[in-house]
Amino acid sequence: METLLTFLSEPAVTALLLALLPLAFILVYALVVLYGEMKMAAHIQNRLAYMENGWHGTLQPFADMLKLLQKEDIIPAAADKFLFILAPYLVFVGTYASFAVLPFSSGYIGSNIDLGIFYLVAVSSLVVVGLLMSGWASNNKWSLFGALRSAAQLVSYEIPGVLAILGVVMVYGTMNMQSMTQMQEGGIQNWLILGGNLPLVQKLSLIPFLFVLFVIYLVSSMAEVNRTPFDLPEAESELVQGYNTEYSGMKFAIFYLAEYANLFLVSAVVVVMFFGGWSSPFGSFMSGPVWGGFWFVLKGMFFVFFNVWLRWTLPRLRVDQLMYVSWKVLTPFALVCIVAIGFIMVM
Amino acid sequence: MTETTETIKTSTGRVLRTEEMVVNMGPQHPSTHGVLRLEVVLDGEIVVDVIPHMGYLHRCFEKHCEHMTNYQQVVPYVDRMDYVAAMTNEFAYVVAAEKLLKIEVPERVHYIRIIMSELQRIASHLIAIGTFGIDMGAFTPFLYYFRDREKILELFEMTCGARLLYNYIWIGGLSHDLPPGFIEKTKEFCKDFKTTLKEVNDLLNYNEIFIKRTANVGVLPKDLAINYACSGPMLRGSGVNFDLRRDDPYTMYDKFEWDVIVGKGEMGAVGDVWDRNMVRQREMWESLRIIEQAIASLPEGDVQKAIPKRIRPVPGDAYGRVEGPRGELGFYIVAEDSVTPYRIKARAPAFVNLSVINEISKGAMLADLVAIIGSIDIVLGEVDR
Repeated sequence: METLLTFLSEPAVTALLLALLPLAFILVYALVVLYGEMKMAAHIQNRLAYMENGWHGTLQPFADMLKLLQKEDIIPAAADKFLFILAPYLVFVGTYASFAVLPFSSGYIGSNIDLGIFYLVAVSSLVVVGLLMSGWASNNKWSLFGALRSAAQLVSYEIPGVLAILGVVMVYGTMNMQSMTQMQEGGIQNWLILGGNLPLVQKLSLIPFLFVLFVIYLVSSMAEVNRTPFDLPEAESELVQGYNTEYSGMKFAIFYLAEYANLFLVSAVVVVMFFGGWSSPFGSFMSGPVWGGFWFVLKGMFFVFFNVWLRWTLPRLRVDQLMYVSWKVLTPFALVCIVAIGFIMVM
Repeated sequence: MTETTETIKTSTGRVLRTEEMVVNMGPQHPSTHGVLRLEVVLDGEIVVDVIPHMGYLHRCFEKHCEHMTNYQQVVPYVDRMDYVAAMTNEFAYVVAAEKLLKIEVPERVHYIRIIMSELQRIASHLIAIGTFGIDMGAFTPFLYYFRDREKILELFEMTCGARLLYNYIWIGGLSHDLPPGFIEKTKEFCKDFKTTLKEVNDLLNYNEIFIKRTANVGVLPKDLAINYACSGPMLRGSGVNFDLRRDDPYTMYDKFEWDVIVGKGEMGAVGDVWDRNMVRQREMWESLRIIEQAIASLPEGDVQKAIPKRIRPVPGDAYGRVEGPRGELGFYIVAEDSVTPYRIKARAPAFVNLSVINEISKGAMLADLVAIIGSIDIVLGEVDR
């Protein structure tokens, strides 16, 4: 017992365990969302979805996971083997590394670095490389189409997304995600979507611009996680399945895991930037490190739900329309907001 | 085609060039609606050329018909042509056969055939619009429509026991009379269905993204539509006011009051994908009108009185046609002094409509090509026969 305790208190071991916490979270969360999305989609569409395994089919995600584990792992004969195997892991690594800077609660953040959100934007770009790699290595024309579309889409939407983040960072004066959250503590009126904890005049004049930035970030984050109406890289009616057409078994599962993890990631960024992160909406009531985790996940899940809701409601855009939205609508609006916020902050 | 290729010289002196890519779309592609195979030449995302390859579902329908034991046995076989609108196929074959045999059927039979054919038209359009929605990335309207199609299938099931392939309309009559409770259930369906139609209009047909995707895409001009002998919603979508139910009123369509729906180019050019889809959507309202009128004035009578015991026509030929959900569906029957047809030729509307795809999809994007295929509303069972 004592040896175990000393082993656990080794700094290296503690660091490793803390680093694995988000992974555990992702695995549990993926099961919940897998089940939740199917159920939500079904109820939107007047169906029941899983009803057989367990109460209302609650055991179905486990069954799905076991099925994927058993599946034959097919690598096409003409594929570039090394890149083909590497691609799904690279996509997952890009997503998982971003979880390091997410402040889950006042007591837990993987790495409390000052460049927090900048690091997040940079590391999550690694996903593009993985997608491009998978499309190229599959040696399938549909996969290649999907990969090229995803590269064009992700790069285009990163620009309005980053501009929106820039506007927010100008208000906070920091890129540290933990400090961003701390500035929003003290109740719902201090959340940035309602102007943050600034003097009243500044606060009121900021609200419209921050709201526009919020919408811009939300739209570009949807595009970055390839969800409808921006799911062109895997548009099943056009490109069969896009970049992951040739993947099967666990590799396919890892793509999906990464997609769901990414979905929570962008939702969490919205929450940290605009909706007070882990801070309770009722001031000091129900706040603290544990409640913090609760609020953070709850708010994150709300935006995940929002994405799922849109996915089962809207049709898909076309490639050129997608680019139009990014370059001619979102980017100019983001630039205008940045200029306006700059003036207001100087005043 | 060579104009589109260009060469780029890199700093190290290597010559790079772009070239067109040939992609095989189908026969196992999710949005070719069956086993259609399109050989698509692409320049980036732009479609340069489309070559349809057909025949993956060819079952020698016409040859088989010559080897049936009698004319009546062809009816269950025509069901298998356009399997999402089997009732209409039977109707068309029976119209041709009755023309050949010069059989007069009782009025009640005509009315029931019209009710069935209009219900079938609604069921078929529900699939057409629903799958078109899937092609556009909207999954939910499809399931809303399938829920209501289920009600139509239940009506068919209580009438003749089958849900997809009915063998209901016979030469000279029907296999069964309407069951008790059919009239009430149909009335109820007509009432409830209007709500779904409005709902899907909001969800899909007037959705901003949907309009952006479909307006001005795959424009089929009036003259081209006529030159390619397009028919049905494909022709009417292009603004040609032609409907066999009004212009060549087989059975008793001239007794009812309804309108022919024509594409007007509300969201873009006349004859674009949106127009074609909307013609289908609005035709369902008209079908409901016909059904309601037919039910209100349904005459009494025996539906099996005119069925001949043995069919042996005098040598000759006949062409009978009906307005199917996809367009003009016709059967040309040649008879010699025998109990089996000498030759049957089917004019399948989906096959004819599909032939225009090359003309209207050049220069479109890959995603538009999917929209165009969806708007033609092909059923491969009918295309390949």
